Amino acid sequence: MFSKTIMGALAGAAALALSAGAASAQQKLKVGFIYVGPVGDHGWSYQHDQGRKAVEKAFGDKVETTYVESVPEADSERAIEQLARTGHGLIFTTSFGFMEPTLKVAKKYPNIKFEHATGFKRAPNLSTYAAKFHEGRYIIGQIAGKMTKSGTIGYVGAFPIPEVISGINSYFLGAQSVNPNVKIKVVWANSWYDPAKEGDAAKALLDQGVDVIAQHTDSPAPIQAAEARGKFGFGQASDMERFAPKAQLTAIVDNWSDYYVARTKAVLDGTWKSEDTWGGLAAHMVVMSPYKNMPDDVKKMAEETEAAIKSGKVNPFKCPVIGQDGKEIECKGNGALSDEQILGMNFYVKGIEDKIPQ
Amino acid sequence: MTTFEAILLTIVTASTPLLIAALGELVTERSGILNLGVEGMMAMGAACSFAAAVTFDSTLIGVAAGILAGAFMAALFALVVLGFAANQVGSGLALTIFGLGLSGLIGAPFVGSRRDPIAPIDIPGLSDIPVVGRLFFEQDLFVYASIALTILIAIYLKRTRSGLTLRSIGENHASAHGLGLPVLRVRFLAILFGGACAGLAGAYLALVYTRFWSPGMTAGRGWIALALVVFAAWRPAWVLVGAYIFGAATVLQLHAQAAQWGIPSQLLSAVPYLATIIALLLLSLRYGRAIGAPGSLGMPFVPDR
Repeated sequence: MFSKTIMGALAGAAALALSAGAASAQQKLKVGFIYVGPVGDHGWSYQHDQGRKAVEKAFGDKVETTYVESVPEADSERAIEQLARTGHGLIFTTSFGFMEPTLKVAKKYPNIKFEHATGFKRAPNLSTYAAKFHEGRYIIGQIAGKMTKSGTIGYVGAFPIPEVISGINSYFLGAQSVNPNVKIKVVWANSWYDPAKEGDAAKALLDQGVDVIAQHTDSPAPIQAAEARGKFGFGQASDMERFAPKAQLTAIVDNWSDYYVARTKAVLDGTWKSEDTWGGLAAHMVVMSPYKNMPDDVKKMAEETEAAIKSGKVNPFKCPVIGQDGKEIECKGNGALSDEQILGMNFYVKGIEDKIPQ
Repeated sequence: MTTFEAILLTIVTASTPLLIAALGELVTERSGILNLGVEGMMAMGAACSFAAAVTFDSTLIGVAAGILAGAFMAALFALVVLGFAANQVGSGLALTIFGLGLSGLIGAPFVGSRRDPIAPIDIPGLSDIPVVGRLFFEQDLFVYASIALTILIAIYLKRTRSGLTLRSIGENHASAHGLGLPVLRVRFLAILFGGACAGLAGAYLALVYTRFWSPGMTAGRGWIALALVVFAAWRPAWVLVGAYIFGAATVLQLHAQAAQWGIPSQLLSAVPYLATIIALLLLSLRYGRAIGAPGSLGMPFVPDR
């Protein structure tokens, strides 16, 4: 009884505080963000929050930003609707699993602009955006191919979904391009974020002879495991150098800041349109952190590949791409696999001996 | 270090936090209190231990802070369920949510810091024995402490007068109260002990296992500890077995993936849960009467009703 009264009083106070905040901010554009993880994950959600901070910095008093972190994908509709109801004019939802809820809320609030990351469903007031991480993975693959002494490189994956699989393929194709005999071992953590388990997955790879590890999970645990064993790894989503100063060769950094600032500006100017954006290294949505802990010739190669991908001279999925079964994959793009083929990738390329878990 | 030794060491590291947290919860539950807040207390232990260890540059102070943080959270829980005789399931869930949130707040300034690994205790001579040497005689202090804790709790519950008091309060708090046993005081101490253990487990996670703090890093281990207590039929030795089977299966399934045996990874990920349940079920079938839950588990107690 007693505790219920206290909780009621607290909830009331919180509601008052919220409504007071809304009243004083009527003139500003309110920009809302929904994150799937904690902003402190030092990976995916952290980088989105860096983008939010860039928006605040760029527009100062003209905007006000809000974020809701650690929103479970199954329960995201409530959180998105909450932002829509509290006067937000632009809402970014930053995980693939937010796709359906975002679409639903967007239809309900046609005057509010929505932006959904990594999805493919759009509406007149709903844009989508994503980054070509596989471009960065091709570069780290080349570095791994050069740096491995055991001839076996490793990959800690979260879930066997196209986004991760295209990353593994790109990484392996990069490694193969400089080291034709290279082998790869893949371990699935079956979690985006479980630092202890991610670390154990990396240790399992290291125990089995892997000496360079790439990861597509969100915590710095795998690269830290590589550091502890004197092996190498790559940062994921953000620069993880401080966790592994000797092991990090480079990191594939997500850079949402430019995009978020541009889209906020478009809303302020009244020029916002529903679009699909898929930018890579050239668009600065994917940024490589400084190349370190490697010989100069490897560094030079990495820099050249980065420049070549930016200029369009190199495409990780340049045709012909050979599937695991030895058959050539139909080339639906212009001299390379099409965007749709990459976004829906569900096969391993030739040379990967593992099977994709079905 | 051979591959085999390396795997064994990883298994010990994966099992220890589960064991410590489950032992604490076991004592709490044997006194008749169900605390579902293990995950929250563990997260608080991890955040506070890491914050203190970084601030004072001392693992020892970090560990102490983790234990205190867990006990503090447990004291809040005790206030609600003993003082106000509130529903234990609801209060425990609230404690988990509160602990996860508060730990994020406390840990926020320390995201991105890292600690160097703590040195294992090397027992000269013994640790040079092939294979088992490093496994048994070159672990960190936590591992030895967790084993000692298992033995001490088993002796305490079975062989001491105070342990008997705790158990009888857990079985039937009304009778125990009628006999003049201090039900609330014993339960308060048992809850504090459970919290301290959860805090210690969190400290192990942050200071030894991952060596950094990030929000939500307990990733469900508190719930697994809770399940271990049930499947181990509230017996300390079985909790030890369960924790190690779970840890071993977790690590070995990752190795099975790396070895490319072609078993779907989703199936392998389920192995730790299945293996632990099956092993503990077999244990209880083999060794006769499986003791059930303590008779008063989860029921509120008001002395003068």
